[in-house]
Amino acid sequence: MDRLIEIVQQLVNGVSLGSIYALIALGYTMVYGVLRFINFAHGDIYMLGAYSGYLLAPYFAHFFKFGEFDTFTPQNTLFILSGAGLVMVLSMAICAVIGVLIERIAYRPLRQRPRLNVLITAIGVSLFLQNMTQYRLGADPKAFPQLIPIHVVGGLGNLTILTSQLAIILATILLLIVLRLIVMKTKMGLAMRALSLNPTACSIMGVNNDVVISFTFALGSALAAAAGILVSMDSPSINPLMGNLPGIKAFVAAVLGGIGNIPGAALGGLIIGILETLVVAIGFPQWRDGIAFAVLIVILLFKPTGILGRVEREKV
Amino acid sequence: MLRRLLGVSAICLASSCCVIAGVKIGAVTCLTGALSSFGVSSVQGAKLAVEDINASGGLLGEPIELIVEDNGSKAGEAATIARKFISQDKVAAILGDLTSSATMEVAPLAQAAKIPLLTPSATNVAITRIGNYIFRSCFIDPFTGKVMARFALDHLQAKRAVLLTDVKQDYSVGVSDVIRSYFTENGGQIIASLAYSSGDTDFRTQLTEVRGRRPDVIFLPAYYTEAALILRQARQLGIGAPFVGGEGWDSPVLVQIAGKSADGNYYTNHFSAADPSERVKAFVDRYRAKYHATPDALAALWYDGARLLFLAVKRAGSADPEKIRDALASTRDFEGVTGSISIDENRNASKPGVILTIQNGETRMVQQVRP
Repeated sequence: MDRLIEIVQQLVNGVSLGSIYALIALGYTMVYGVLRFINFAHGDIYMLGAYSGYLLAPYFAHFFKFGEFDTFTPQNTLFILSGAGLVMVLSMAICAVIGVLIERIAYRPLRQRPRLNVLITAIGVSLFLQNMTQYRLGADPKAFPQLIPIHVVGGLGNLTILTSQLAIILATILLLIVLRLIVMKTKMGLAMRALSLNPTACSIMGVNNDVVISFTFALGSALAAAAGILVSMDSPSINPLMGNLPGIKAFVAAVLGGIGNIPGAALGGLIIGILETLVVAIGFPQWRDGIAFAVLIVILLFKPTGILGRVEREKV
Repeated sequence: MLRRLLGVSAICLASSCCVIAGVKIGAVTCLTGALSSFGVSSVQGAKLAVEDINASGGLLGEPIELIVEDNGSKAGEAATIARKFISQDKVAAILGDLTSSATMEVAPLAQAAKIPLLTPSATNVAITRIGNYIFRSCFIDPFTGKVMARFALDHLQAKRAVLLTDVKQDYSVGVSDVIRSYFTENGGQIIASLAYSSGDTDFRTQLTEVRGRRPDVIFLPAYYTEAALILRQARQLGIGAPFVGGEGWDSPVLVQIAGKSADGNYYTNHFSAADPSERVKAFVDRYRAKYHATPDALAALWYDGARLLFLAVKRAGSADPEKIRDALASTRDFEGVTGSISIDENRNASKPGVILTIQNGETRMVQQVRP
């Protein structure tokens, strides 16, 4: 029985970590879907999301009493969640704008050039965002304000689930549902799917490709910002380089799920998160960061299209 | 425009005629990245020492030229910087690095080039064994480890301990080894040794296991970023046992991130700004006036380390590396703000330490410990 609880415990830890990778991986995969390139600055949008929350929270701290509640109660739950939700939605909006600006300024002028140019530019944008944040806000780690009270969720016996972990999992599910609705049920979603199939035909049919691409960047960046806020609520130490490793691991998650495939990215994120937790749980914490890349190598060797990806034939 | 041209040509003239510049000292530390809070303090401390010496006439009749470089808290960077110091800047001596891992990169290069190196804060034992040009002005990991273990045994009456080690940091591994042997030899028992890597932000997997073992005390020789998150997550999981850490905890960031979870824990340190001695008070006041912050241990250590190195150059009477080396080796009873420092035959410093505790977010001195 103890063994079972232990396993469930580690699975919960893995799913909450994996949810974060999933949210970031979605941005990689959507941008790849419409533009066929990897936006390496995406991990830094996640970092900027955390910093947006860090800078915004003080403005609402007084009204929403951030940090003043020690536990969730039936009376205060809605109040706390609306405060945290507001900070999160505003940060997502800020990062959506930043994502659109990055695409407009750095990537669009290079769209007709070889794909390598824009890939290198993405790395440049990533370095710029990291160093600009260090320069403007300081390189030292900052303490993220407490948006929700963090304690063990009661009534689960020996199973320890923290409110912050629960928030990550629930928020991720919610965002995935919203994303699914946008992609499958709206005109913009239809245009995104059409663009990923054939950009030329898409524009002949009267779709404004530039608008769709901007929208894709906005959507992906907002999801990364949400991931940044959720992570910072759980482990409240943020720094300008925090996007590096999660960004690369989420990229692996996107490749694992099948790059360009939206459900694949979410699945890949969960798998990487659970694997990482298991590696630590069985006593190899040094391998925590290695496992994602080991997975990448195996995937590239045996199934380069990923778990849910389709084989794409080169057209002659 | 004319004035600017004149200015530029004046600088050109100045740099071409003055072949005899001041003594060049290279300082390498971590101004950005995960340990930047330490790095910034260290440079502020060292710059105060430069001011001191330059105000009293400089070295060998010239002002000191301190070249500060940032290793970005990244592995490999310190070595690159050391090569630049040696081949390009042609420094007379190197001050640094800040952490043990980074100093381990720099020291072999300095030894090979026969350039004296003094680290004010790297505590791993192996560093000064690299060669006869490698010195340090702080105490070493065995001292920290022994003080931590003895404090847990005597003061906290602990018998069953868990040891959490950062396997990526030489400092953490070094201290852990000493705690393990000293604690078990003196009647304690290490019931679990768990590992994590610096850069991790989620320690619940390890802490869930710690909670199951019900220890009396948890040893956490970590750096502040990870230590803060571990303290926080441990208290969230309901672990009530006190944590005992080393000087790696000493940063205001620890309390900012850990919040209330930091209270009731202990750590050993090189220096306490609350020390009532005259020398410390004067230093704290000067530091506050200049930087509007209370000096932490790194600021004090680097202030002492830099002054010790500069005074050695002064006693050597030349910028010749070999003479500086001999002068460093003969340092006895140097009165610094972190205590009286003598360099022993293994090129290590013998000096006292303090034990601090955190109460309501403030650090308090519990006791001073002599070597």
